[in-house]
Amino acid sequence: MSNQNNTEKPEGKQEFTITVYTENQIGLLNRIAIIFTRRKINIHSLNTSPSEIESIHRFNIVVQETEDVVRKLSRQIEKQVEVLKVYFNTNDDIIWQEMALYKVPTDIIAEKASVERLLRENGARAVVIRKDYTVFETTGHREETDALIRILQPFGLIEFVRSARVAIIKNSDGFNRKLREFEKAEPGEDVVENEYLNKGQRIFTM
Amino acid sequence: MEIEQQALSNPTGVETIEVSGSVALLEALIAEGTEVIFGYPGGAIMPIYDALYDYKEKLNHILVRHEQGGIHAGQGFARTSGKVGVVFATSGPGATNLVTGLADAMIDSTPLVCITGQVFAHLLGTDAFQETDVINITTPVTKWNYQVTDATEIPEVLSKAFYIARSGRPGPVLIDITKNAQIQKFDYSGYTPCNHIRSYRPKPLIRNEYIEKAAALINQAKKPFVLWGQGVILGEAELEFKAFVEKSGIPSAWTILGAGAIPTDHPLNVGMLGMHGNYGPNVLTNECDVMIAIGMRFDDRVTGRLDKYAKQAKIIHLDIDPSEIDKNVQTTVPVWGDCKETLPALTALIQQKTYPEWLQKFRDFEQKEIEAVIKDELNPASGELTMGEVISHLNELTHGEAIIVTDVGQHQMVACRYAKLNKTRSNITSGGLGTMGFALPAAIGAKFGAPERTVVAVIGDGGFQMTLQELGTIMQSNIDIKILILNNRFLGMVRQWQELFNQHRYSFVDIESPDFVALAAAYRIKGKSISERGEISSSLKEMLEHKGSFLLEVMVTKENNVFPMVPQGCSVSEIRLK
Repeated sequence: MSNQNNTEKPEGKQEFTITVYTENQIGLLNRIAIIFTRRKINIHSLNTSPSEIESIHRFNIVVQETEDVVRKLSRQIEKQVEVLKVYFNTNDDIIWQEMALYKVPTDIIAEKASVERLLRENGARAVVIRKDYTVFETTGHREETDALIRILQPFGLIEFVRSARVAIIKNSDGFNRKLREFEKAEPGEDVVENEYLNKGQRIFTM
Repeated sequence: MEIEQQALSNPTGVETIEVSGSVALLEALIAEGTEVIFGYPGGAIMPIYDALYDYKEKLNHILVRHEQGGIHAGQGFARTSGKVGVVFATSGPGATNLVTGLADAMIDSTPLVCITGQVFAHLLGTDAFQETDVINITTPVTKWNYQVTDATEIPEVLSKAFYIARSGRPGPVLIDITKNAQIQKFDYSGYTPCNHIRSYRPKPLIRNEYIEKAAALINQAKKPFVLWGQGVILGEAELEFKAFVEKSGIPSAWTILGAGAIPTDHPLNVGMLGMHGNYGPNVLTNECDVMIAIGMRFDDRVTGRLDKYAKQAKIIHLDIDPSEIDKNVQTTVPVWGDCKETLPALTALIQQKTYPEWLQKFRDFEQKEIEAVIKDELNPASGELTMGEVISHLNELTHGEAIIVTDVGQHQMVACRYAKLNKTRSNITSGGLGTMGFALPAAIGAKFGAPERTVVAVIGDGGFQMTLQELGTIMQSNIDIKILILNNRFLGMVRQWQELFNQHRYSFVDIESPDFVALAAAYRIKGKSISERGEISSSLKEMLEHKGSFLLEVMVTKENNVFPMVPQGCSVSEIRLK
């Protein structure tokens, strides 16, 4: 995983967010990760956490690739025994956020009113205030969190960390109903839907 | 032990009985119908072997000489029997020795359940003696793997393992069991086979609209062409496939792993695809108007240069694995599903037809190939022996009834091109991975999988030396395998490439061999070495009629090349006859 700026888009490639619903199984992260590493594809961001459904985990994986490559990756991921469902989406299809934390010397913030104003303008919120340092938090897109780094750099930014992307698919009604289908021995059409039949929809689904 | 056995034979009862993890494992194997285990003991799997001591009557364990031999034997067994191959190995080096076979089984979709011992759970991650991170090493080369650290997991995990290995597109599964879980006693309430895992869909639901579209394309086609692969065999759809081919009247060609699904001399079987396949199927790939690919995956050795592959054709792809659709070749109509179900549905919708002129084109190309290549290969008038004439004599004696197991290289291409196969599950070879050393151990497994059939392992002098220790397994298991070494004193396929593409710079392909007949004798296996044309038929007959295993070495010409050939980076229609 890299922290590099990904605003530059190589030819034909764009940012895709891959959403994966899985069983909570040790080793599955590796099984999914090697699908990318085998093809020498860099994972730009990876988040894994429990979903809204107990025992089902949700991965958000961000890559910069062509749609053709992302489709093939998604099929390989969905092929894994403990993966229930894979979706891939462009940035237009999703609502996403990343959280960032910034540690700045408190004395500078206290002395320079301009800094405080800049923080407010960028939607930063103080999480911890100590004599020696203050930790601010912002949530937003990469460009927004990056912008605040550039703003704070001249004022002695001590440390910075950013979370992986979390994303909600706009055109999705969650996974509860689908899971019930999966639990049946003979899954219905909902589970075996495929992209050919769903052309025109913005969600990719296999 | 006897009391335990009685209780265990009634798994439907609610009563439980205290057993060890090892006993639960062996009970699971019996419940899954395991007939034979290929294995090698060691420290971390000792409790399982101790339990096996009391199961000698129920489970036939074959002691191999190397774990790689064990897993290739498991593959051979699975390929001839259609059942799941079972392999035991210990932790650390035992498990790492399985990796080549796992990779081979993964790429060739062979159902296996491999059981590896592992150090005690409390030692995991401590660099304990013979500890290796087997799960992570084998993740890329298994369909599924799982580490058991508690005996109570064993029945359920084993039932999942067998279900996953054999269902959908089959593949290898590895279960790593820590020593404490093998020893641990728990209340066992019987074995329930698995038939559903919510996150796993082995078969896509068949969509009739695609079958209809495919049938419409086929019915309009002027020059349709069928390519079939191992999917037909794995799906046990040979009869459904034959019915489809015969009703449609479409010329059909096979990938190396599909060989034998319909007999070699079926009138619509036009031969082998790919780099060393037949002339017509390769050239006409770029002339057909509708291509129907059934249970095959468009390997690069089949397609040659992709951007010049069948660009004129509409492609119908039948496959059980959705990730194969559009992976290499863009499909016009995808037919996801088990071909045992999709083929009859398709057959019902197509018209009964024949394509005499189109079929004649294949036969015309075949004639050219016979003139340019096959005649000299199978019936050389003079000179040193060829691999092809040996296979040709073998055909005359076996009448296509034998199982032919091949290794990797020139002899493999020659054997697969020329071997006559009347029956399905008769061609056992390492297709996708190209694993030298596969044939000898795979032949052992093949024999266990089909004990009533003659098994001939055709092996090169190079590949034989990679796993020749399994002669020990043949000796001790007292099984009947015919070993046919085609010795050209070279690593022939690499030499061929060096001759054709590296200006005859023969770099480390000149391989010396021991006295194979003496070697066989050391293992109490009868052997013979020949180099005269007049001896071929009588020696093959002697080999086939001999009771027990027999090694026949045939000294063949050193610098023969396998043709036709699609050079790497070329289109299939640029196939060379010389």
